[in-house]
Amino acid sequence: MTSTKPLSPQTSEDGYNRLVQITENNNKSLSLIVGGVHCAMCIQKIESALKSHKAVSEARLNFSTGRLNIVWDGSEELANTFAATVKKLGYTVTPYNPDLEKQSDDKENRFLLLCLGVAGFAMGNIMLLSVGVWATSTESMGEATRGLMHLISALIAIPTVLFSGRPFFKSAYRALSNKQTNMDVPISLALILACGMSVFELINHGEHVYFDSAAMLMFFLLIGRYLDFLVRRNAKSAASDLLQSFNGFATVIEDGKTSKYLISDLREDMHVLVAAGETIPADGTLIEGKSSIDTSLITGETLPRPIHTGDKVHSGTLNISAPITVKVDAAAEDSLLADIVRLMEKAEQGQAKYVRIADKAARLYTPVVHSLALIAFLLWWGLLGAQWQDALLIAVTVLIITCPCALGLAVPVVQVIAGKILMKAGVLVKSGDALERLAEVDTVIFDKTGTLTIGKPALAGEYDAEHLGIAASLAQHSTHPLSQALLKNYKGPFVNVSEIEDAPGQGLSATINNQHVRLGSRKWCNVPEPDADVSLSEVCLSIDGQQIETFRFEDQIRPDARETLDAMKQSGMEFLLLSGDNQGAVKQAAELLDITHYKAQLSPIDKAEHLEKLKEGGHKILMVGDGLNDAPVLSAADVSIAPGSAVDMAQNAADIIFMGESLSPVQRTYKIARNVQTLVKENFALAIIYNCVAIPLAFCGFVTPLIAALAMSGSSLLVVANSYRLTLKS
Amino acid sequence: MSILIYLIPIALFLGLIGLAGFVWSLKSGQYDDLEGTANRILMDDDEKKPD
Repeated sequence: MTSTKPLSPQTSEDGYNRLVQITENNNKSLSLIVGGVHCAMCIQKIESALKSHKAVSEARLNFSTGRLNIVWDGSEELANTFAATVKKLGYTVTPYNPDLEKQSDDKENRFLLLCLGVAGFAMGNIMLLSVGVWATSTESMGEATRGLMHLISALIAIPTVLFSGRPFFKSAYRALSNKQTNMDVPISLALILACGMSVFELINHGEHVYFDSAAMLMFFLLIGRYLDFLVRRNAKSAASDLLQSFNGFATVIEDGKTSKYLISDLREDMHVLVAAGETIPADGTLIEGKSSIDTSLITGETLPRPIHTGDKVHSGTLNISAPITVKVDAAAEDSLLADIVRLMEKAEQGQAKYVRIADKAARLYTPVVHSLALIAFLLWWGLLGAQWQDALLIAVTVLIITCPCALGLAVPVVQVIAGKILMKAGVLVKSGDALERLAEVDTVIFDKTGTLTIGKPALAGEYDAEHLGIAASLAQHSTHPLSQALLKNYKGPFVNVSEIEDAPGQGLSATINNQHVRLGSRKWCNVPEPDADVSLSEVCLSIDGQQIETFRFEDQIRPDARETLDAMKQSGMEFLLLSGDNQGAVKQAAELLDITHYKAQLSPIDKAEHLEKLKEGGHKILMVGDGLNDAPVLSAADVSIAPGSAVDMAQNAADIIFMGESLSPVQRTYKIARNVQTLVKENFALAIIYNCVAIPLAFCGFVTPLIAALAMSGSSLLVVANSYRLTLKS
Repeated sequence: MSILIYLIPIALFLGLIGLAGFVWSLKSGQYDDLEGTANRILMDDDEKKPD
């Protein structure tokens, strides 16, 4: 196979060697989409199976996207072996292709809903019959009628369990066929045993059948599973969105002619034409033209930076004022933007290691319940001399009644309610466990521009109204942020302006009443540069070469930032301010907000390193940021929040997004997250208390189908009701 | 008790109609994008007729 041939994403089973890529260290790497992963144990299984292979140096599975990345040193053919290994563990494997990802998501959504709908129908109708059986006695109903009711129940329940139980059976089968276990094994066992025992009872005209229990159990568990799926689906991969920005075209100048190239096809030394308003597609050097660029995406600086021939420019920055020609220094996949993408992907994968509280509970629960059922069977059959059928029936009721209806609902219900409350407050929670992680946070890293501040400069100080009028009259002809800020502060009438000229990166000139007026940088207005480091941005106004006014601008702190930070400090939080902006501006903001630790002029990579250091120190970190420069940190932090004004990449990378100019939603979200954690723990406690009552009853053989149904729905209702207390608390 | 011969099939039939309706709504993609649908209701797409 030649390397020039485009690779088809739909390769045959042993075509994975064609998808192999070579890494920097001459290692091979392969990306796969793995289907059927839904707990931390699955990740562990797959990763450890791959890592046990000698050649593999890295194997990482992204939980939210199902993307598996393998790096190894050896022949390309090994790729097929790895794909086969994952398949053997019981998961489906497809080559990585972003388009396929979305489809499989929709399929799972429909499948779960269909299972849920069928289970709901079955539960309703079986209950209808069961209530009749429970409400009357055998004498009044007659054995034949009861038998008929049981038979109809069986005819509804058995196909339903076979149909709607598939999500549990499949998962349990996958685990068992690899000699492992997960939460779905006891669930499947309870479903099968409940139906099997009931069929046996039906044939022998027994008094109790458990078809209603089986249907109800399945319905409740499917609700939990569907809620969990909804919450998890929101955790969209931010990094693949970022990669999309490489899918556009760039205008390349070749032999005096222009032609369109895919951004991903750009190579070193190509000359790229970037029009005003376009994003620079690759890292390079400016060789022609004079303009200003908006670097806020990369560095977080608020103001456009003038650029001249010979200056380095980064991909992802926006060319504002005039067309420029850029010589490409590095291909798109080697650019700073691509570095950010790689950092983010790594961070996202690192985060999947978080073990959710429900998984922790499940790991403790499974062995306990199974041994209890076994003990019940052995006790009745061996010691108490019961018939093996009766002993088995008791063991089955133990399994049914302990099956974690309440446990399955304990977490997702609270998270869904919290999501709704926060949505009303203008906060969007993108992943369910984000609130779990937020509740454990002890350190908050803030970005400055656009996060603690509004991100737009505003006029500071008092100025002569006439001067302001002249400046505003000029400023209305410019789109520069400082011009806009000037305009915003001026409400009076405009003066007549003629012969307006816009000098990119310098300022404006015009004629007013036969006088030459200039508005712009110090140099533009012939004003000497100040000696001290000025943290404020400024614009000068000169008439006929005479400076008459200097307007100063400040990026304003969000209105309630101080109160929010003080409130969070009271819950024992530590703060750190990391910014790409200059030292003066960062220091000023930090002092205003009483933040003792701050660092200025950091690159995105510096920020990520700072975070790593803190994480190694055992801190749980919340990142609040809005720029592309924050995106890697937003992904790598334990949990992250971005304002709604943040760039798309940052919004995608963050777990939580808040709207509006106020910072208080950050504190509010934290408070709700703490409440959620308390409620989840209460729910688990309720489920355990319920089991403490139910298990002895089942153990003694007192549990009839009626009691099982009451206990199951009772405990589920109790957990749901307790979850709704969140609306009262918040 | 013989009334049950009619009542049970009727009950099951009504239930099945509900299930069929649900399956239809599912297959026609009404559950594929719940959040999108929830947001769509806020869109101002119905044209105002001039009075």
